[in-house]
Amino acid sequence: MKEQLEILKKLTSLDGVSGDEGAVRDYIISLVRDHVDDYYVDNMGNLITYKKGSGSGLKVMLDAHMDEVGLMVTKINSDGLLKFQTIGGIESRVLVGKRVRVGEKGVPGVIGFKPIHLQSKNERSGAVDKKNLTIDIGAKDKEQAEGMVEIGDRVAFEYDPVEFGDNKLMAKALDDRVGCAVLIELLKHDYECDIYGCFTVQEEVGLKGAKTAAFQVNPDIAIVLEGTTCYDVPDTKEHSMSTICGKGPALTIMDRSVITDRELVTHIVKVAEKNGIPYQFKKTISGGTNAGRIQVSGTGVKVAVIAVPCRYIHTPVSVMDISDFENMLKLAKKVLESLPVSMTLYREQGGIENV
Amino acid sequence: MFDIIKKLAQTFGPSGNEKKVAEVITGLIKDKVDDVKTDALGNLICVKKGAGKKIMLAAHMDEIGLIVSHIDEKGFLRFSNVGGVHPWGIVGKRVVFENGTTGIVWYEEDKDDIKNLKFDKMYIDIMAKSAQEAEKVVKVGDMAVFAGDTILQNGRVISKALDDRIGCAVLVQMALNAPETDNEIYYVFTTQEEVGLRGARTAAYGIVPDMALAVDVCMTGDIPNCKPMAVRMGDGPTVKIKDGSVISHPHVKDRLMDAAEKNGIPYQLEVMQHGGTDAGSIHVTAGGIPSGGVSIPSRYVHNVAEAVDMNDVENAVKLLEAFVK
Repeated sequence: MKEQLEILKKLTSLDGVSGDEGAVRDYIISLVRDHVDDYYVDNMGNLITYKKGSGSGLKVMLDAHMDEVGLMVTKINSDGLLKFQTIGGIESRVLVGKRVRVGEKGVPGVIGFKPIHLQSKNERSGAVDKKNLTIDIGAKDKEQAEGMVEIGDRVAFEYDPVEFGDNKLMAKALDDRVGCAVLIELLKHDYECDIYGCFTVQEEVGLKGAKTAAFQVNPDIAIVLEGTTCYDVPDTKEHSMSTICGKGPALTIMDRSVITDRELVTHIVKVAEKNGIPYQFKKTISGGTNAGRIQVSGTGVKVAVIAVPCRYIHTPVSVMDISDFENMLKLAKKVLESLPVSMTLYREQGGIENV
Repeated sequence: MFDIIKKLAQTFGPSGNEKKVAEVITGLIKDKVDDVKTDALGNLICVKKGAGKKIMLAAHMDEIGLIVSHIDEKGFLRFSNVGGVHPWGIVGKRVVFENGTTGIVWYEEDKDDIKNLKFDKMYIDIMAKSAQEAEKVVKVGDMAVFAGDTILQNGRVISKALDDRIGCAVLVQMALNAPETDNEIYYVFTTQEEVGLRGARTAAYGIVPDMALAVDVCMTGDIPNCKPMAVRMGDGPTVKIKDGSVISHPHVKDRLMDAAEKNGIPYQLEVMQHGGTDAGSIHVTAGGIPSGGVSIPSRYVHNVAEAVDMNDVENAVKLLEAFVK
């Protein structure tokens, strides 16, 4: 498991804010190219890999999104400070005082804020307005800044991965590099069904990459590998905790984007119980995943979501329990090895397979 | 026909769990159609073959309900909504799970402003004395629907889940009548409409019909001090002009109005500001599909008890039969 964890750490250290996933994709290609039969990058930037199975012909799509939430430079002020907008769901409170990397060159910057000494009483107690925040890249003026960054550059949080405490990992972008790490490992093994490993783009800005990936792959089944919300900390009532860190990978029954396939989820639960792998159900119905897009692609796809609970996602740093990562890997692998199971497939009833 | 309505309305089928409804419908019409298929989303697609145009008629099988998110140590169930449910509208109401387990919906009573009630301050009491006792009959992720019988009174039906079992009943009755036509008729019973018009999207993609109608309920403007809407219960099924998800294709709308006028079937024009129907996802599927809708005017939609007029229901069957000729 050491190797897989090191890959995950490396993945989180790369920057891939939505629409700019190239660095993450290149690293993934270097790891999987020798384990798959074919791969290509589509027009949106999705990496689609194919691994022929030993028989059944069941088409299984595995999805993990490469992109992370971040910022984009929108304007360079005359004083050399950068205005920005958020990419994906980030609220301004978590931005203040954070270190960032700007653009392909990773220009270091910091989201500065007025020190407490200089704040008025109102400024101290009120919420932070995103409009008043800028990124300081240490440039003396606009001209110098223009030589370092460009408008449209993506901005990623600067946060090295750290193993700490009781088998925990803190890192940026665990949503969804943890899914990517699981998918990379899954592609190293052989299965009976045909596997389409899809590393998708632009999930955080509206589940976009998965839409075109699913259209190309046209799978029977899809399993979405994710990092999901977790807030199992004091002052949260137990019924409001979406997942609990360390209690195993979380399965989605329903969220804002999808109601997962009952047959498939029941099968995953059976596999988990048979192999003694811990699992939990995600308790809140907030948020969405690529499963929402994949399910309604073409003539429909049977979908499930398996996710590692990650505290503080969509902030500069999140925390997961390493055992959840290990168990998600075990569970996903066992599930793939258990396929095909008897399922009602539309194409087997003479439904249109490919339009 | 009331018996069909009753049977369908009383069958358990919240979004994503429509299998039992599909089984009932299959049992009723399988001998009257040429082919029956189920796709990945659980849509039931029944075809009456013909050489003419492909016409898709869609009614959704799913009903609104609740989903269990947590079971506490005392055996109370916490939940979220499945589809459009108002927190204050379900206090004190009875719910039932697929296995027959019955519960009562209530709220944390120290939250006194009921208008601002949220689901996370509410729970379902299934009379379990502990988590262990509750877990014997209900799991996290299980769904419940509202309980309520189906009755006929003054020619009008009061029931749970008329949205959209009434549309399903209309299509079932039509399939049983087997109207003569050269056109190929797709009776499509869709899934997951209440959570985002999802099933109809994949069903339409697999069929790519020449035209499509959503057969659903619409709101009315005939109850005291309600929002104005020019639709009255009992004045006939509606020809949809628009709803929140679709603007009907003019050809489809005209064909419906012609069919009604030539056959002396009463109808009303429907302009629904809010709420969507399966037509919303069908019309933008594949290269675009001319779509519209026929609705049964219904009072108290998305309430625990909804109501429709039997004359409207029967005339909807007549209107659709005339439309597909």
